[in-house]
Amino acid sequence: MGIRERLSGNEAVATAMKQINPDVVAAFPITPSTEIPQYFSTFVSNGQVDTNFVAVESEHSAMSACIGSESAGARTMTATSANGLSLMWEMIYIASSLRLPIVMSLVNRAVSGPLNIHNDHSDAMGARDSGWIQLFSENNQEAYDNTIMANRIAEHKDVLLPLMVCQDGFITSHSIENIELIEDDKVKEFVGKYTPEHYLLDSENPMAVGPLDLQAYLFEHKAQQAIAMKNAKKVILEVAEEFEKMTGRKYGLFEEYKLEDAEYVIVCMNSTAGTAKAAADELRANGVKAGVLKVRVFRPFPGEEIAKALSKAKAVAVLDKADSLNGQGGALYEDVVSGMYNEKLTIPTINYVYGIGGRDTTVNDIKSVYSDLEKLESKPENPYRYLGLRGDK
Amino acid sequence: MDNLIEIRWHGRGGQGAKTASLLLADAAFNTGKYIQGFPEYGPERMGAPITAYNRISNTPITIHSNIYEPDYVVVVDDTLLESVNVAAGLKETGAIVINTTKDNEYLKNVLKDYKGEIYKIDARKISIEALGKYFPNTPMLAAIVKVSKIMTEEEFLNDMIGSFKHKFAKKPEVIDGNMKALQMALEQVEKVN
Repeated sequence: MGIRERLSGNEAVATAMKQINPDVVAAFPITPSTEIPQYFSTFVSNGQVDTNFVAVESEHSAMSACIGSESAGARTMTATSANGLSLMWEMIYIASSLRLPIVMSLVNRAVSGPLNIHNDHSDAMGARDSGWIQLFSENNQEAYDNTIMANRIAEHKDVLLPLMVCQDGFITSHSIENIELIEDDKVKEFVGKYTPEHYLLDSENPMAVGPLDLQAYLFEHKAQQAIAMKNAKKVILEVAEEFEKMTGRKYGLFEEYKLEDAEYVIVCMNSTAGTAKAAADELRANGVKAGVLKVRVFRPFPGEEIAKALSKAKAVAVLDKADSLNGQGGALYEDVVSGMYNEKLTIPTINYVYGIGGRDTTVNDIKSVYSDLEKLESKPENPYRYLGLRGDK
Repeated sequence: MDNLIEIRWHGRGGQGAKTASLLLADAAFNTGKYIQGFPEYGPERMGAPITAYNRISNTPITIHSNIYEPDYVVVVDDTLLESVNVAAGLKETGAIVINTTKDNEYLKNVLKDYKGEIYKIDARKISIEALGKYFPNTPMLAAIVKVSKIMTEEEFLNDMIGSFKHKFAKKPEVIDGNMKALQMALEQVEKVN
């Protein structure tokens, strides 16, 4: 039952890619995701995979190569971070609108400038409206598990959308931790053979990819993308159920940590959720009913489901590891409160922008948020706040 | 997580403090523990002060932050003693282990605000004698295992021979020297106060 190992988050994703053995990987190295194509190209050289590895000259070319190969009918994967994703910008929209189920490992890092190589979620948040499915991972295990599930979700005929698996740069990508790997043959069987219904190299059924799409059609095509994104929710859960049967590890749209009787709830994503769990445990030992809601699936956004899970809380804090710089609130906060509004939920809810550019977030920082929640008035003044910022807040 | 042990490493870029933290994580993993081993990446350059961390526990570890109140601190380069507050937040029930040839009075004085145990070891001498080169991380690894009692010396040595055989598969001639460095370090680590 599983293989006990210790791997960094990057090693975990590279291992998953080795087990998936995609037809094509096209990538350009960028910190902190560099190790993923580096390890993977070693697997290629050693003959451990039979993937065609395309060493391109930029991220724009990496995503272009992914689009070309996925259109041709090849299962295709890539990895990048921050400015690498920025350089892909034009092509990520093309990938999703062409309905190409490319899988990307996005090792989250602050988008410059000024230059910063450390973790926040500004890269992923920038791509939140690009039509990619976005899964977030607390640790190396979840980055691995999400990658194993990714192709199945993206390639499903009701979905056909590209998907990015996010994890925190350095914090999990470069931390060695325990992990349970799945046997190669089981992964192979789970992921299955890629048999696209339509592809360019199908000479029996010639097709065009990416032609002109003006007033008469683009709107309908975008609406179809939106339907596919809604469909993804169900598919994500079905794949998770099958994954649980194989591994015993349960995944949903989000994780509810001690939520049943929680009065004060923190909503967050990626590695901070683990730190928040430790903070909640400490507070519960002192009688504070603290809970954590960890968002795994950010796109499609499970607003209704999250609102229902929060309905018994007295106060909620949403932690955003990227500032939308919009004078209103972070992206996760805005999505959560709009989900709550639709469910007629009027629980006091505040937003903290935190961890920008790799600013460390400790158990004590999280405890200070719970402490703010205990004192929160019914209509909080200034719900758009900072956590861990020096000087005046 | 009452059993959680947190360790902070201080070194200079190029001395292998990061590698040592990963080797310690490996060794503890092999004795059945839950582990974390991670460096704090700054502007990486040879000779710049760097920090690396370990968490070791009998139960799963969910915290993902740096370590501010460690149980143990390892100082791989004693020139850091006067420029970095290496004992910051260090628990007085824990200990600090320093690679140094400085005398005990100097060490007690430079760490006079720290009330816990101070240990020292001459990792340079051990490394030169056992390996013919200066790789302080191997002796420092043994020293912290000895001081922290994370595992028994026997478990540690049995595990490390396996790791070295794997790591140095293409250079088997250095395995004996590395094992000798570990053994010497286990014997020579010395309590200062």
